[in-house]
Amino acid sequence: MTNAIETNGLAKSFKTTRALDGVDLRIREGSVYGLLGPNGAGKTTTIRILATLLKPTAGTATVLGHDVVREAKIVRQKVSLTGQYASVDEDLTGQENLVLVGRLLGLAWRAAKQRATELLEAFGLSDAAGRQVLTYSGGERRRIDIAASLVAIPEILFLDEPTTGLDPRSRTQVWELVRRIAAAGTTVLLTTQYLDEADRLAERLAVIDHGRVIAEGTSRELKASVGSNALHVRLVSADQRALAQQLVSRVLGDGVLPATDPTEVAARLESPAQAAAVLSALTDGKVEIAQFSVGNPSLDEVFLALTGRPAEESKQ
Amino acid sequence: MTAAPEVLAIRARPHPASALSAVLTLGWRAMLKIKHVPFQLFDVSVMPIMFTLLFTWIFGGALAGTPREYIQYLLPGILVQTIVFITVYTGVGLNTDIHKGLHDRFRSLPMWQGAPIFGALAGDLFRYSVASLLILIVGFILGFRPQGGALGVLLAAALVMTFCFALSWLWIIVGMLVRTPESVMTTSFVFLMPLTFASDIFVNLATMPGWLQAFVGRNPVTHLASASRKLMHGQPALADAGWVLVASALIVLVASPIAMRLYRKER
Repeated sequence: MTNAIETNGLAKSFKTTRALDGVDLRIREGSVYGLLGPNGAGKTTTIRILATLLKPTAGTATVLGHDVVREAKIVRQKVSLTGQYASVDEDLTGQENLVLVGRLLGLAWRAAKQRATELLEAFGLSDAAGRQVLTYSGGERRRIDIAASLVAIPEILFLDEPTTGLDPRSRTQVWELVRRIAAAGTTVLLTTQYLDEADRLAERLAVIDHGRVIAEGTSRELKASVGSNALHVRLVSADQRALAQQLVSRVLGDGVLPATDPTEVAARLESPAQAAAVLSALTDGKVEIAQFSVGNPSLDEVFLALTGRPAEESKQ
Repeated sequence: MTAAPEVLAIRARPHPASALSAVLTLGWRAMLKIKHVPFQLFDVSVMPIMFTLLFTWIFGGALAGTPREYIQYLLPGILVQTIVFITVYTGVGLNTDIHKGLHDRFRSLPMWQGAPIFGALAGDLFRYSVASLLILIVGFILGFRPQGGALGVLLAAALVMTFCFALSWLWIIVGMLVRTPESVMTTSFVFLMPLTFASDIFVNLATMPGWLQAFVGRNPVTHLASASRKLMHGQPALADAGWVLVASALIVLVASPIAMRLYRKER
């Protein structure tokens, strides 16, 4: 198996901050790979280096065997980037935006128009084709933005937080698109702040924190480190937190996870069935519960488990 | 959504657009923007018309005897003032692209990296032409009669375009250095206001006090306005035109490498 993307000790410093601090990645061709981490962890910087927009301060990165600094032009010929902010011209219509990109990629006018129409239809944007992007909904905007990256299908597609700020329905649509793009053979590297998103889309993922990869593997491997089920109890009053934690740990042993919210108690479950025992222990102990839920561990909890501290946002 | 697999299948990418084709495509984009946001033409139509009317009818009599006589003097200058002012939009437009993330898209495409700048300049030359035409039509209705005929007018317009093409590079630098499109505007106006008003666009240089003449006489906009006036009225303009061409060449030589460098800088 060849690697579509390989980085070795990739580092990037801006004036005052060290955004990347030695990132090693091996991303297999034809896969969906997720970079998971909080804001400012270095996800965007990594993607921007790989898309030739930034030069690394140290280390190397190759895309399909081509060095992103020395062979930037070849790399640009093979990749597309959809940034966090719509990288289309809002004053132009959806159709015009796609024709523009097609022309810049070297398509003839006719071919560019044809390709635009084809993509707009495939992305469910035919009705919006003649409207200025300015008038698009969040979901439409994200789709036209991804479509603009596919005017010439790239061998590698970079998606920076493709679903941030989208409503659940648009989110599902984007997920569906990503799956289809990957199924057609494009390697997709996406960044996300949501574990469930990485879980649904990516075969493998890397957790990034403070410019370093702190964990790498399949999402199953990753979640095993936190326990596949997490319990969240929200208390009516923060005063009862110590008591609640005590009761929970009596049932679960060392499963209690440190939580950032003073009214919250989180714990790792071996099986969902343990939740019932915790609930009755809390009720018997007269703890007032505002909310009680069992679900996937959140990114926060993965972070806590991996680093022993909350995933605070570090500003670039 | 019915994304058939063949729509997403990897095909050989086309050969990237040539530099010229990329520039022309981005110029086409600038024209589309004018089509969709016609308000952009407000500055180049309503403003100069207002200025022309205001100065011709209110001050014209006092400045030149009759409004009709004054407009023969004023109109070439108004044309210069208008076009010089709208050079700011080159910097504003590029700053907006960076702001909105479009810049990232352009930079990750396998095209010549200078294309967005030259595309913007090409679009602006189109805008300048539209503005010039509008002003000349209004002038003609108000009684402006260029003695130099069509050739004189064309030469004057070409000279204005040349100087404005050069001047745009300065605003591109500003556009790369400041944060928001609004501050590109305000920063540029700090320079443009004295440059256009402390010139001989509205009144003859000889009517100004000596110390002011010293400054106004060295202002490239004064030379541009004089040259345009002379060309439009069929008088010899070699000295002024030469001055303008040298100034334009100097600005391009110094500013364009800096602008290109700043444009390619990572952010």
